Amino acid sequence: MHEYSIVESLLARVDAEARARGATAVHRLSVRIGELSGVEIGLLATAYETFRARTICEGAELSIEAVPAAWACPDCGEAIARGVALRCPRCGVPATLTGGDEILLDRIEMEVP
Amino acid sequence: MCDTCGCGDPEIVSVDVHDKILAGNDRTAGHNREHFRERGVAAVNLMGSPGAGKTAVLEATARILAGREGRPHTGLRIGALAGDLATDNDADRLRAAGIVSKSITTGSACHLDAAMVHRGLHDFPWRELDYLFIENVGNLVCPAVYDLGQDVNVVALAVTEGEDKPLKYPVMFRKADLVLITKIDLLPALPDIRIETIASALARVMPKPAYLPVSARTGAGMDRWIEWLTRLPRVARDPAAAHAAAHHHHHA
Repeated sequence: MHEYSIVESLLARVDAEARARGATAVHRLSVRIGELSGVEIGLLATAYETFRARTICEGAELSIEAVPAAWACPDCGEAIARGVALRCPRCGVPATLTGGDEILLDRIEMEVP
Repeated sequence: MCDTCGCGDPEIVSVDVHDKILAGNDRTAGHNREHFRERGVAAVNLMGSPGAGKTAVLEATARILAGREGRPHTGLRIGALAGDLATDNDADRLRAAGIVSKSITTGSACHLDAAMVHRGLHDFPWRELDYLFIENVGNLVCPAVYDLGQDVNVVALAVTEGEDKPLKYPVMFRKADLVLITKIDLLPALPDIRIETIASALARVMPKPAYLPVSARTGAGMDRWIEWLTRLPRVARDPAAAHAAAHHHHHA
């Protein structure tokens, strides 16, 4: 359940941004979580509900965008399908992950007096 | 402030951050990595399920490097930080095997993070080592998420865990530089488990699949593991220059 420690890092980061801008409240957080990031979106949402009380995010909605894993050949750009060896059938080189490992804080909507 | 009518409504500001939520951990990990490189210590993050044989592999590695298995003494010095939820058992086992070691007791935390490793380095003679093993908490999920500052990730996977383990835990195996398929001395008792099937599962989650079948008990395959370790770069950089360039920082 490392989702709790991810939420702690998220809240600390948002708190720092809000203070820097003199915000009085946060309305919404937008995060992006990759399929291969190792973070479970359901657990992240639960952890957020638990920890946001009495923080500047108390009234902030958490918007989570799930990013599917995508593998491609670094040489020819061909997408590599799921469930097969992660190697380009044409070029024979190891595939690279082009998306799906992110644990990102994208945007904060905050109230500035 | 509302500009139109002057009613005093607060303004909603949208701030684009686009930063890693674990950026703080990544900074501390980068700091640890800088420490290891300036001293020429190869740092190995050893991960795997509880009971996969992580501690046993380290015990056998220590015996071989110390010349206790009929091989020449290598003079290579190894040490270990052992992540453990509640006990010092793993560190005690490692010390008994002649490995300089220390526990990092994580309490309820299911993984090590870079700050725990950094604290673990204090009062620990890591600078005198050739290899620092960071034995992570037994868990195939959470440890994969946190960079510790290691040079390489090694995942121990016991033959008894089942051939499809890599497919069930793709995040962990994707991050592995090497998978040690452990306890191969048990294969005669496991007629349905084939190394080739495990290898083919690894190829579906690891873009550069690398694995070594080993037995800490019999020593089978251990020579190739030691050879893999000795190929890791361990060249100390100029400590003063490297560290000053990386950041300003004081150690107690």
